[in-house]
Amino acid sequence: MAFFDRLKAGLSKTRNGLVHRASSLFSSPINEATLEELEEILILSDVGPACAGDIVSSIRSRQSRGSVNDLRTALKQEILKRVTGESGLLRVDTPFVIMVVGVNGVGKTTSIGKLARKYHDEGLQVTLAAGDTFRAAAIEQLEIWAQRTQAQFVKHQHGADPAAVAYDAVMSAQARKSDVVIVDTAGRLHTKSNLMEELKKIHRVLGKAMPHAPHEVLLVLDATTGQNGLQQAKVFHQAIGLTGIVLTKLDGSAKGGIVLAIREELKLPVKLVGVGEGMDDLQDFVPEDFVEALFQES
Amino acid sequence: MFESLTDKLEGVFKRLKGRGLLKEEDVAAAMKEVRMALLEADVNFRAVKAFVEKVKERAVGKEVLESLTPGQQVVKVVRDELVSLMGDVHKGIRLAPNPPTVIMVIGLQGSGKTTSVAKMAMTFRKEGRRPMLVAADTQRPAAITQLQSLGKTVGVPVHATQEKDDPVRICRDAVTRARNEAHDIVILDTAGRLQIDTDLMNQLKEIRRDVSPHEVLLVADAMTGQEAVNIAETFDKEIGIDGVILTKMDGDARGGAALSITWVTGKPVKFIGVGEKLDPLEAFHPDRVASRILGMGDVLSLIEKAQEAVEEKEALELEEKLLSDSFSLEDLRDQMRQIRKMGPLQGLLGMVPGLGSKLKDVNVDEGQLRRVEAIINSMTPLERRNHAIIKGSRRRRIADGSGVTIADVNRLLKQYIQMRKMMKRFTGMKGKRFPGLPRFM
Repeated sequence: MAFFDRLKAGLSKTRNGLVHRASSLFSSPINEATLEELEEILILSDVGPACAGDIVSSIRSRQSRGSVNDLRTALKQEILKRVTGESGLLRVDTPFVIMVVGVNGVGKTTSIGKLARKYHDEGLQVTLAAGDTFRAAAIEQLEIWAQRTQAQFVKHQHGADPAAVAYDAVMSAQARKSDVVIVDTAGRLHTKSNLMEELKKIHRVLGKAMPHAPHEVLLVLDATTGQNGLQQAKVFHQAIGLTGIVLTKLDGSAKGGIVLAIREELKLPVKLVGVGEGMDDLQDFVPEDFVEALFQES
Repeated sequence: MFESLTDKLEGVFKRLKGRGLLKEEDVAAAMKEVRMALLEADVNFRAVKAFVEKVKERAVGKEVLESLTPGQQVVKVVRDELVSLMGDVHKGIRLAPNPPTVIMVIGLQGSGKTTSVAKMAMTFRKEGRRPMLVAADTQRPAAITQLQSLGKTVGVPVHATQEKDDPVRICRDAVTRARNEAHDIVILDTAGRLQIDTDLMNQLKEIRRDVSPHEVLLVADAMTGQEAVNIAETFDKEIGIDGVILTKMDGDARGGAALSITWVTGKPVKFIGVGEKLDPLEAFHPDRVASRILGMGDVLSLIEKAQEAVEEKEALELEEKLLSDSFSLEDLRDQMRQIRKMGPLQGLLGMVPGLGSKLKDVNVDEGQLRRVEAIINSMTPLERRNHAIIKGSRRRRIADGSGVTIADVNRLLKQYIQMRKMMKRFTGMKGKRFPGLPRFM
């Protein structure tokens, strides 16, 4: 199923009134009341009060210049402007090294499992690195994914140095001619500076194992995350230089509007989205579909 | 943030001071600031709307207008209302008259159920009870292994079967086993699920019907945005919840979800989860979280942590030093030694109102603490008490003595001066103390 259909399926389960409101909104003339309602819809999608206000006011000013005749189109343009960017992952080298980071419980390991599956289906050889040596049973969890996706699996002991695991994974991938290396890391709150240092080290060591690695540094972000998502992205970006966002759990009723603020402030594109529990439910981000989903009628 | 909300409100009221008359738009302007602050903290849009409507009247009442600091008064009113909405005082777990008390823990994927369950077991064990954990998450790979390993760490037995087993049966068997083995508490760790997943929600209903838990707790992530309302409402309507555990409170999310959830369900937040280490769950204090939602820091929790690690008398001294201008490098060293007992420094400083966000770039790192201590140890007592005399050659001597570079010494001194500056600003607030704040200041 395509990204948009998955979203639609997810959304049709919710019927949260909001969606119905949006459709009536689009059929009524643009005035202060409809703009206010629009702001509400945006805020309820976690776009954030500042960004929502920004979008509404640019629509307002466009309207006063007489260049708006359809609210839906105007809105789509405004949001598209704020989410469009490079989507999907471009394999630039072999092995292609991907480092996956994020706070606790956003779905890093699951996303890695799905990504491994995707590459496996493309006929590529994948190596998974069990870089979460902290959480109980995290290594086992990734190992199960490695078995499911027939990926090579590099692990150390629980409590080992994750940077060493990452290094070994790249070495092993080079020796065994793996095409893709995906490095899992332990979930960490961005406020823990010692853990952020650890992340910097993993990043550094990957660069030593292979020039220009990691080629992708992906921040996994849970779509239910609110305004703190921006702070997360900022701190992770500052520490290790992110290349993109993986937005997970979009099959729920959350819209993940915070990515607008992240794109706006940090210029970080959403590259992949997680839209379900199945192994194939990780897809390239399609900005048009994302916008459509924000205002989807069920 | 606290300052900025207060400042913004002061600005609004200053304009109206000259006129002495309160106009509709002045009220609206003040309420707009309150609204922004709450939305930034992820309080649900509709909850904010209802809430602002509610405080509007009180916030522009006589007590505010006649106050010299109307901005602060408004914040106080807002904070009081937030506290009363979130349930005034902490509520714990109701234990069943006939043990075992069965506690069912539910929530979305990744909200922190398994960790919370282990922490809860830890709490009960510390109280001298005999809890048993039940691995009912047969969905996520290795979830059972995770709970087993956590159970081992906290010294609590875990009831687990195979991954293919039916969670309903696992829970039923577990309760029977607990009764036979005289466990007085049974905690069911269920699989994470989306609230719109009908099949999995039905499974929860079935478990609920089958084992009739005494307490159903929803685990919610403190970073949750506007969705918190939909999540809590659906879980409450479909399964019925008795309370909430708010996790990942050691991050810097303002935790507006706490308000959204109580607003929509009327159910209290009972515990908060702080950190991944298996410390007991902490009690939820509405007043502290209200301050946090408004970006005012969490002074009480800071004091409590200090009291755990330091004697009360020492804690009082710490307060004094922190607030007075006489904070010397010697004090810094002493406090560092004590603070190290309390947990991550960054987290602690984050609790201090107005300091948290600013300290981001100061970055007093945990691993660096020892080195800093060594640097201070290499100073003479005079230097420690008066940093101003530490010039070039003294710096070189100190660097040699502690085995660091001069740059390290410079950095420490710079940080120390920055810290003092901030504390000075903090003491500056002492005079116009915010009325709702505890006696700490």
